[in-house]
Amino acid sequence: MKTDVLIIGGGIVGCAIAERLAREGIAACLVERDVVGGAATAASMGHLVVLDDDPEELSLSAYSCARWNELAASLPAAAEYRRIGTLWIARTEAELAEAERKRERLVAAGIAAERVSAAQLQVLEPALAATLVGGLRVPADAAIYPPVAAMWLAQRAIDAGARLRCGVAVEAIGDREVLLSDRSRIGARHIVVANGCAAPALLRGVPVRRRKGHLLITTRMQPAVHHQLIELGYMQSAHGTNTESVAFNVQPRATGQLLLGSTRQFDDHASEVTPRLLQRLVARATEYLPGLTQMTALRAWAGFRPATPDHRPLIGPWPSCDGVWLACGHEGLGVTTALGTADLLAAQLLGQELPFDAAPYAPARFAASSEHCHVV
Amino acid sequence: MSSEVRLFIDGAEFRVPAGISVAAALRHAGYEATRRAFDASPRAAFCGMGVCFECRVRIDGSERLGCLERVTDDMDIRCDA
Ligand SMILES: Cc1cc2nc3c(=O)[nH]c(=O)nc-3n(C[C@H](O)[C@H](O)[C@H](O)COP(=O)(O)OP(=O)(O)OC[C@H]3O[C@@H](n4cnc5c(N)ncnc54)[C@H](O)[C@@H]3O)c2cc1C
Ligand code: FES
Repeated sequence: MKTDVLIIGGGIVGCAIAERLAREGIAACLVERDVVGGAATAASMGHLVVLDDDPEELSLSAYSCARWNELAASLPAAAEYRRIGTLWIARTEAELAEAERKRERLVAAGIAAERVSAAQLQVLEPALAATLVGGLRVPADAAIYPPVAAMWLAQRAIDAGARLRCGVAVEAIGDREVLLSDRSRIGARHIVVANGCAAPALLRGVPVRRRKGHLLITTRMQPAVHHQLIELGYMQSAHGTNTESVAFNVQPRATGQLLLGSTRQFDDHASEVTPRLLQRLVARATEYLPGLTQMTALRAWAGFRPATPDHRPLIGPWPSCDGVWLACGHEGLGVTTALGTADLLAAQLLGQELPFDAAPYAPARFAASSEHCHVV
Repeated sequence: MSSEVRLFIDGAEFRVPAGISVAAALRHAGYEATRRAFDASPRAAFCGMGVCFECRVRIDGSERLGCLERVTDDMDIRCDA
């Protein structure tokens, strides 16, 4: 069999790329070893958020959030796209100063953001602890249910002519072809590696590490929350290199349940929940939402974020292998940035005008660590 | 020792055998559902052993698993969880 573009991995990133290429009329084939929208995509919180810590992260996430917003009207109800907005919360005067810097950066990028006083915080979110000093509200941020969004993108790709092979893995990448676990081969002019944390298993030298994260979902009888609530210390937790960190991050689901996050751990590759981390997560959440002491936890799980050394995804050609492209390493923001990734990769692959500068995401920045593909 | 206890389900009084679970008491009282899902479809005890969480009810104000709680006299059970 032959195709123009073969995409490895049916997470939200691979699905978004397949959809985008199929709409361009390209013969695309998506290969997923397990289920579409499983892996990190299913474990995720689905917060569609503009992060401004790094200017590159800001342009990719702002572009992507705008794209999600354009799709909002066509998404199925089960994707639960809701513009709940983000409320960044300050506990100290220093964090409040950070809120102001954040506001300036966002506003400069054309994203509406407004400062919130301690009194306004209590009006917006009465369940928050009264000791909190204020925050920043970003009304355009949204939330989505990632597995359904991924399946919907895959279906749109199929409707536009793409092929989906589920239940079969790519075992090796060769010269303009891949070898599948059923021993068949698919020839492709371009091969897109979008298999998240598993990328290094196919291409040695791809600098992606697993960063474990826990989430917990409550029953419906919880304090009412209206925005996605995140502590301003979050970016320190996300971008720090600590082996272990916990930050307050809570999302109200459409059902009235609360999704509580989040933890970050390197060097723990066990997919089981780590009770000690879950305890820290709940303790942290309770400091901000004291009413949670009465909560019923329905389920808790852990997943793995595909992390790169500089916390930016790898989008573009992999220098040491002709015809091989990377779209992986989205760490804790890949649901948000899947659409921007798809547009950027498709534009590069098709030689179209780029939607934004590709250089910051170019896998070539880690070229020293890359090696030649193993030929099947 | 009395072989029955008196309890309240959504405010209505019932007598059920002593020693049974709240989930069993609901069935005994003719309730098919312990709660409603978000789309208002009925949910009822499924695993009977504290795993599926489908038997959630509010007992004396707190959310509990009906399959794991024993009935007691004057218990106030609400099927609004
Ligand atoms: C706890 C947690 C919370 C998160 N919260 C958010 C959030 O709120 N907002 C946000 O934007 N992001 C969030 N993320 C990050 C986000 O989930 C990821 O960045 C994103 O899902 C990555 O998508 P992906 O498609 O690259 O990878 P995945 O979803 O992991 O998909 C990779 C796919 O490739 C398949 N695969 C692997 N190897 C092969 C092979 N050899 N052949 C064929 N198929 C293969 C796998 O089966 C899998 O389906 C969170 C992540 C975690 C863990
Ligand atoms: S019936 Fe499953 S938890 Fe009670």
